Amino acid sequence: MANLVGSSSSSFAGSGLYFDRHASKRCVQHVCRNAIAAPPASSRAPSSTGVVKKAMTMTEKILAKHSNNTAVVPGQNIWTSVDKLMTHDVCGPGTFGIFQREFGENAQVWDPTKIVIIPDHYIFTSDPRANRNVDILRDMVNKYGIKYFYDITDRSDFRANPDYKGVCHVALAQEGHCKPGEVLFGTDSHTCNAGAFGQFATGIGNTDAGFILGTGKLLIKVPPTMRFVLEGEMPSYLMAKDLILQIIGEITVAGGTYKAMEFTGPVIEAMTMEERMTICNMVVEAGGKNGVCPADETTFDYVRQRTDEPFEAVQSDSGAGYIEEYRFDVSKIQPLVAAPHSPDNRRNAMDCRDVKIDRVYIGSCTGGKTEDFMAAAKLLHKAGGQVKVPTFLVPATQKVWADLYGLPVAGCDGKTAAQIFEAAGCSTPAPPSCAACLGGPKDTFARMNEPQVCVSTTNRNFPGRMGHKDGQVYLASPYTAAASALAGTVADPRDYGA
Amino acid sequence: MAVGALAGSAALPHTRSVLRTRSNVAQVPLQQAPRHALRVERTRIVSAAGSSNGKAANTRVIRGPCYVTRDNIDTDQIIPAEYLTLVPSKPEEYEKLGSYALIGLPTELYQSRFIENGQMKTRYPIVIGGQNFGCGSSREHAPVAMGAAGAKVVVAQTYARIFFRNCVSTGELYPCETDVRLCDELQTGEEVEVDMNKDVLTVLSTGKQYPLKPIGEAGPVVDAGGIFEYARRTGMIKIA
Repeated sequence: MANLVGSSSSSFAGSGLYFDRHASKRCVQHVCRNAIAAPPASSRAPSSTGVVKKAMTMTEKILAKHSNNTAVVPGQNIWTSVDKLMTHDVCGPGTFGIFQREFGENAQVWDPTKIVIIPDHYIFTSDPRANRNVDILRDMVNKYGIKYFYDITDRSDFRANPDYKGVCHVALAQEGHCKPGEVLFGTDSHTCNAGAFGQFATGIGNTDAGFILGTGKLLIKVPPTMRFVLEGEMPSYLMAKDLILQIIGEITVAGGTYKAMEFTGPVIEAMTMEERMTICNMVVEAGGKNGVCPADETTFDYVRQRTDEPFEAVQSDSGAGYIEEYRFDVSKIQPLVAAPHSPDNRRNAMDCRDVKIDRVYIGSCTGGKTEDFMAAAKLLHKAGGQVKVPTFLVPATQKVWADLYGLPVAGCDGKTAAQIFEAAGCSTPAPPSCAACLGGPKDTFARMNEPQVCVSTTNRNFPGRMGHKDGQVYLASPYTAAASALAGTVADPRDYGA
Repeated sequence: MAVGALAGSAALPHTRSVLRTRSNVAQVPLQQAPRHALRVERTRIVSAAGSSNGKAANTRVIRGPCYVTRDNIDTDQIIPAEYLTLVPSKPEEYEKLGSYALIGLPTELYQSRFIENGQMKTRYPIVIGGQNFGCGSSREHAPVAMGAAGAKVVVAQTYARIFFRNCVSTGELYPCETDVRLCDELQTGEEVEVDMNKDVLTVLSTGKQYPLKPIGEAGPVVDAGGIFEYARRTGMIKIA
């Protein structure tokens, strides 16, 4: 906790952005209210009488339910049952390797219907070891009868592989594997993306994943919850990416370490599922254990369109205890970037207009969803003109790729995003995968092999993240990325009609 | 904080009192056996002599030159993504992974390299960090690469959650914490001794000492070589 105290001063405090941060006293207030409503009774704690139900945050409730506890408290170590385990080509082979070493050659996985395997990291590469890793996954799927495997065998044309999806976190959502109230673990730090559905979702290493493969359980510590209330009118030039960059800039890359980050308020309620995913996706960039948005009709509609499986949503209780509460008036937030080399290195995009750039990248689990491309296309169409730097487009999944070619962009004369991108001089949308977000093998599409400057809709900008160790990455929203492509510098999307 | 964050540590039976009584100093050899080999060896020792064997306790005292890093050393700097095609559970690829440990640190800031050109192993068994060591990806390749290279312990102010957990689960590294900003105090190459029995780091040339936070119940798990071996030794996993 100590690392959070003292981080309260806001560089925006003097510029009209109201920002209210205080250690929550909600529990205390709750007790006071009860004292007025009820006669003074015994000195026993309410929880011991069995009369008063323990108020919990939604993260606590999900973990209580999955550990057969009536209530859990932050800091408690629990064995949680696991609803889904996701792995991919980078960590899957090692996870199965550990499972086989520790449980034995003849062991079976705990439930082949609850394991989801999504090759996505290093697919369109000639690296033989990368290709072998997908082959290992296929062998494991066959050996253990695993139900969900989004395979690719023909790398020359991804469209020839109907099962292949692309980036795991987006595919999980699109294929109906994200459901309110569930517990999801994945061997990828951005597994927290699924918290957008009101579920507990977090990233783990191969050893923990190997343990889950054998047992369907994991020992975890219940995190305390930080609450972020987003209110005010969302300006047309902002996207969810700006809001999460604002939050990470405020609390730093370690501000959420070991904690749940709950996002709530009218701005979240008005958001689409894809925008909520963008917010939850990046909680790990603040060190958070999980991010979560309350499930509502928007969530239920999205989920019901994709799965018939039942689910049970849980909501935070009104008297739940939060370790900290932050409030943001989003109408005061400016289009933001995270400057090199840290996701919390927050700058107003307009203050970086003198930064000349070499390229723009739109893609990844964070910024490669359908709405991300629609937003970029809309800005390019309205502003007109040609991009001044190479602009790389990597749809997260095959579905996103199809949307680029199939859906008209709202307010753009019936044009598709693909048509707008082509007219503006962007590169042709690449086969869906994680691609250059994390560098990858040398022949990865759009990898930064030179020490260039890139504006990117991805999630991390630590040294070397997109390839070259001396490359510089500015993290930004799709609007800001598209505006920057037109400017040839970091740009404020308001200067381009957003 | 982070020590307690090894989920379930409180629920595990522990052997710390036994281990704590040992204080022999283990000289860290420059060339070390791969962790997989050690794991097999340790298993044999334990089955012969039980958990009172002093071998594990000796690993809590580590002496050698330290390698000093700064704040927010993320997993892309510890093991860049281009090397993630190596599968850590395959012994030969485990070794190779080690040869790339910390290769992503910017050259201008880190002119002494953690692993010298052409080498497979590091000469630094001790890595010093600042805040938030190991942030970023959940890749277990990060502590595995450092362990495979021959690092034994990281001493940092704080850790990213998943990295800490992966250190303990794999048993590759002791993730030791301190309130002291050692990255401002120490220089790469200085000979130090990390004593996790006495919770102190000593600079050997001057005798200057810095307090460490107790490794707590993460210690016995790393001693054992990870959660699975620990669970077997303590009866949590029944061995047929």
